[in-house]
Amino acid sequence: MRNLVTFIWKHSFFALFLILESVCMYLVVQNNNFQRASFINSSNQVSASVLTTSKNIEDYFLLKDENEKLATENAQLRAHLKESISAIVNDLDSSKTEYIDPIKKTIYRQKYTYTSAKVVNNSTNRRNNFLTLNKGSKQGVKKNMAVITNTGVVGQVKEVSENFCTVMSLLHSATTINVLLKKDGSFGPLHWDGEDFSFATLSDIPTHVKLIQGDTVVTSPYSTTFPENIMIGTVDSYVQESRKPFFTVKVKLSTEFKKLTYVYIVNNMLKEEQETLENKSETDKKE
Amino acid sequence: MLTEIFRNIIRFFLLVLVQVLLIKNIELGRFINPFMYVLFIIILPFETPKWLLLFSAFALGIAIDYFYDTAGMHSAACVLMAFVRPGILKLFSPRDGYEFGTQPTVQYLGIPWFLSYAGILIFLHHFFLFFIEVFRFSEFFSTFLRVIISSVFTLLLVVMAQYLFQGKKEQG
Repeated sequence: MRNLVTFIWKHSFFALFLILESVCMYLVVQNNNFQRASFINSSNQVSASVLTTSKNIEDYFLLKDENEKLATENAQLRAHLKESISAIVNDLDSSKTEYIDPIKKTIYRQKYTYTSAKVVNNSTNRRNNFLTLNKGSKQGVKKNMAVITNTGVVGQVKEVSENFCTVMSLLHSATTINVLLKKDGSFGPLHWDGEDFSFATLSDIPTHVKLIQGDTVVTSPYSTTFPENIMIGTVDSYVQESRKPFFTVKVKLSTEFKKLTYVYIVNNMLKEEQETLENKSETDKKE
Repeated sequence: MLTEIFRNIIRFFLLVLVQVLLIKNIELGRFINPFMYVLFIIILPFETPKWLLLFSAFALGIAIDYFYDTAGMHSAACVLMAFVRPGILKLFSPRDGYEFGTQPTVQYLGIPWFLSYAGILIFLHHFFLFFIEVFRFSEFFSTFLRVIISSVFTLLLVVMAQYLFQGKKEQG
């Protein structure tokens, strides 16, 4: 303590200067609006930037939960899309002449529901590629359901266990998807030739179609598995097959198979109804 | 000695009055704001105790602040100026020190000495003052220009004032 007092006494000039200068600064900041505002402002900026940095770091630890939440929410939102609803159907008996509530008269029928799933295993470098997802029969996943992401088509569910399912990727020799050109509706089958995981081949496009690089290719409405209008990719290049009036189109896939993390499993609720009906007419033909 | 103190007290009030009644009302444009009142701190006698130096500078600054409505700004600049004054005096001291009974004025030590001594003090004072007033560095160069030009004008006024009161000084 005595040392401190001697120290201050020794440097009394400097100490006095500091005291007086602090008094002045106090007066400046207290009594001048501009200086006060910018003092408070800059001190707020310092504290805010520290807090923002720490929050940014903290957010990284919550990213996983946050992603899962978002994926689930997206799946729910997708169910509300126009494409997920089959039509405005009139399920009420129209022969009745009595007054029917105009709102009850038209009922939307849900056609597609979506389940978000995380990719737990993935491959792109084989001829026949599969994915494994962390949703299974317990979560309502069934065979042959479609799997998509927000950027495009992924594949089709192949096998289902209790909590997992395997997906036959679009990058599989047995996968063929019916697709169409968005601009004029000409359609054809799409398959993967096994070379580059970002390109697939679309055949049987008639030669009268004027193709331009960058034309959008989407899923066709004739498929019972995939919802219509799901992005497949864009036209990259095309060649005419020898002595056939068809183009073979190289399609750049919009799905980045290397980067898949969250996907949606699509459940077509009207699939069975449609397939039973179609099978019935098939058998009729044979008879 | 007593007359010396008395003379300084009178000078204090005179300079404050000249500053706030005369110079404050002369508008020479955005870049020229001379503050002649610092003359008081510049020509305080060599023997002034350091604590008295700080306190008188503080009082002078407060007095000016009172009229300029700039609470604390001028006093902060003045206290800083008083704080560096002993160091500057030491830096420019003649080989055998300052003669007893003399003052740091043009009359005793000549124009070149006074210009460098007062120039540094005035520049520091103005620099500090203008930057507290602006309170940000984003307009650094325009503020710096104000500092330079105003310092030159203040120095000019300070030297002129010394010649005006030359007769009196030599008597004292």
